Amino acid sequence: MSEPVIGQRIRRVEDRPLLTGRGRFAADIDHPGQLHMRIVRSAVAHGHVRAIDAVAAKRLPGVVTVWTGTDVADVPPISFRMMRISGLEPFRQPILAQGIVRYVGEPIAVVFADDPYVAEDAEDLVTADIEPLAPYLDPTLEPPPFAPGLVAEAAVVRKEYGDLAAAFGGGARVLELGLAIARQSGVPIETRGALAHIDSSGVLRFEGAAKVPHQNQRALATMLGLALDRIHLHEGHVGGGFGIRGEIYPEDVLVCLGALRLNRPIKWIEDRREHLIAANQSRGQRHRVRVAFDERGFIRGLDAEFWVEQGGYIRSHGVTVIDLTAAMMPGPYVIPAFRAIGHVRLTNKTPAGTYRAPGRFEGSFVRERAIDAIAAALKLDPIEVRRVNLIGPERMPFKRGLDTLGTEIVYDSGNYPAFMDKALATFRLPDLKRSLAERRASGEMVGLGLGFFVEKSGLGPSDKVKMSLTPDGTIEVVCGSASLGQGIDTVLSQIAAEKLNVPIAAFRVRHGQTDLIDEGLGAYASRVTVMTGSAVSLAAPALAKKICAAAAPLLQRRPDELALVDGRIGQADNPAGPDITLAELARTLAAPLEVEARFESSHMSYPYGLHAAVVRIDAETGAVAIERFFVAYDVGRAVNPTLVEGQLVGGAAQGIGGALYEAFVWDDAGQPLAASFVDYLVPTALEIPPIETLVLEDAPSPINPLGVKGAGEGGISAAGAAIASAVDDALGNPGAITRLPIRPDDVRRHLRGR
Amino acid sequence: MTDKIAVTLRVNARDYRIEVEPRRTLADAIRTDCGLTGTHLGCEHGVCGACTVIVDGHAVRSCLMFAVQAEGSHIRTVEGLADGERLSPVQQAFHDHHALQCGFCTPGFLMLATAILEDNPRIGADDLRHALASNLCRCTGYHNIVIAVQAAAEKMR
Ligand code: FES
Ligand code: FES
Repeated sequence: MSEPVIGQRIRRVEDRPLLTGRGRFAADIDHPGQLHMRIVRSAVAHGHVRAIDAVAAKRLPGVVTVWTGTDVADVPPISFRMMRISGLEPFRQPILAQGIVRYVGEPIAVVFADDPYVAEDAEDLVTADIEPLAPYLDPTLEPPPFAPGLVAEAAVVRKEYGDLAAAFGGGARVLELGLAIARQSGVPIETRGALAHIDSSGVLRFEGAAKVPHQNQRALATMLGLALDRIHLHEGHVGGGFGIRGEIYPEDVLVCLGALRLNRPIKWIEDRREHLIAANQSRGQRHRVRVAFDERGFIRGLDAEFWVEQGGYIRSHGVTVIDLTAAMMPGPYVIPAFRAIGHVRLTNKTPAGTYRAPGRFEGSFVRERAIDAIAAALKLDPIEVRRVNLIGPERMPFKRGLDTLGTEIVYDSGNYPAFMDKALATFRLPDLKRSLAERRASGEMVGLGLGFFVEKSGLGPSDKVKMSLTPDGTIEVVCGSASLGQGIDTVLSQIAAEKLNVPIAAFRVRHGQTDLIDEGLGAYASRVTVMTGSAVSLAAPALAKKICAAAAPLLQRRPDELALVDGRIGQADNPAGPDITLAELARTLAAPLEVEARFESSHMSYPYGLHAAVVRIDAETGAVAIERFFVAYDVGRAVNPTLVEGQLVGGAAQGIGGALYEAFVWDDAGQPLAASFVDYLVPTALEIPPIETLVLEDAPSPINPLGVKGAGEGGISAAGAAIASAVDDALGNPGAITRLPIRPDDVRRHLRGR
Repeated sequence: MTDKIAVTLRVNARDYRIEVEPRRTLADAIRTDCGLTGTHLGCEHGVCGACTVIVDGHAVRSCLMFAVQAEGSHIRTVEGLADGERLSPVQQAFHDHHALQCGFCTPGFLMLATAILEDNPRIGADDLRHALASNLCRCTGYHNIVIAVQAAAEKMR
């Protein structure tokens, strides 16, 4: 038996092209004869489109054509990939506005030209006559009409269990909080991009796919009326995902339509302004929460109502974020009675979708603010109040009494109290607390706060992989997952290498290509390592068996006498005996040896973690600096701890951004005011301290063969909660922080009030 | 549209004779006219630094410069960092310290870090963090980038 590969800090197999400038991102692809697409966008937040004049644009040399809504009226609006509940259909987005515009940035016309600069010139020449209507911008106000017979509230999501009336009666103490989280989004550094062309066999090829290529293949085929074998999607390198990238947007459909109708390759690359006003945003919630508790701080009941700014349309996620916000809000605590009511309201802003830890960033902020408020009301240590409420290990697996994303929530494993003790001790938080108290006593405004949370990962229902020994001796792993930069080639290779006992260099992982495998759910909801990884671990023994059977006649042994050891096939019990390398065996094969395996799971796995922040407030400016930030996370089993830490640190940086800097804002007319990196503040190396991580493997998941839980989202989940708590502490004013991001003027307001 | 003018760009010690409109950015010329797509565009308004190249020894945002302004300058891009198959110390350190995830910001950071360290391989930790704060990365949280550049600095001293 050779060295274990799972659990090792192996350097990534995908790095080299990215380090040498040989990546293939969407913008790097060109096709001969291609046209460049440019979108003309609404400059008005809400209004009737009276006329669009494209005459001058069409006359510009180099412009092939310009389409408006009427030219694409036959194409159905974009449908839902997830959480399609009844009644949402009328709120879907058309690929170009059909008579009415609902946000600044909405596509109203599209230009095709032979040069990207010319396409932009032409965009400027298209004029739109739009009769403005009053914009609906505050989701807590009564929703106005949306269309005849419809109001701008698409759905109300309710989740509940237990006896809320009893929880709030019988002498319970009750607190009420009003909380808000601004609109934020993933904002990958690569903007969106899409290319479409028809190949020599008449198949429509779409490049620039990400995240969910197979799901989008199906959706695009339906919208365009194509058979599934007439359209294929191809993922190249993708410059970050975070929820936003890879969903179907109007522009994706338009490049396909352009290629089909104009019979030329079409290329579209988004610019940053477009990205910040037209791609999915997220968060944007207001909460009113009531909590009932006893003298120990034990929560008897939690009753939350929240309002979500969905923006102009319901996009591919349906009500995913609202569902997750409600269902994941109780987190790690017992909370015997619970209710959450979420209002999905169509404001005249950019439409919303998911952003890393959707619903958990928001829900954790709300829940942990409530816990801190209870501790303050009872003058108890917030850590002790958490301890009183944690679900004990004896209750695992724990049925939450709620469902989400169509699955019953069952926390699969965990010892929350022991985990908390370990995290507090490792990060030496009690010492830190003492030293901060001393610094406060000498006049510094410093504070510590924390947040505890449960994440979810490994969304099913299934994943399939194909694994084959190819003629050159490479073992190819083909899956329907996708890479957004998280390192799945390395992770899947590590799993395959260990299970097959073949060096990692022998593997080539292929993903995101709909013509290589007929199914795949893609990469979201921290699912790849769990679902695809498990499928790989099931495929490996099947392939090993085939390999031994193929080698048996060559080595003149029975297959069951043979085994793979370090990439060679030989006798299991006789290392000195005859053997053959994979490459030698491969050369003798008439066809690749191939196996398929599928992993199915009807439940998610639930990693959990703790965030802690130390902040310092500048009393003059109100600016908050993060001095230290800690993330402890139990992932069940870490296939590659370096990559897990990378996910946590990257997530935490986004969480710090969400807690202190990032917000999409609009003026009273619905004009977006954060449409560049000058106004939407992505943190730099100066704002992000070295993030201290503790990756634990104390609670492997019992529901998959590897014991893994996903690591993609736990870096961000309670970052807002922890930082809000730390700022309260630094201000010496529990409950001061009620909204994210925490801006210097908020802090200054509290400083004045002291 | 305006008339094109002939320019010679010297990129990674090779001359590219190209014809561009005066308004064409250096970034677009490098990517499209020279075919060197390792230089990326993340904002085209001078904030993200994904387009960073080295012009006459200085880290420069190529989205903020016109191609015609770079005539006669020596431009270096990510494609010129490695010596054949041998990665430069900065590239190698990025690989060793997991300083990239999606890799989209990476060419910009590699060029920025190369310029910083060629100027002063003994740069102090605070100054280095300040200098690296010129560019945005959305994946890594920066820590591994800082560690990698420090490791490369040791090698380059
Ligand atoms: S693309 Fe040049 S700074 Fe962002
Ligand atoms: S590695 Fe993805 S933006 Fe930096």
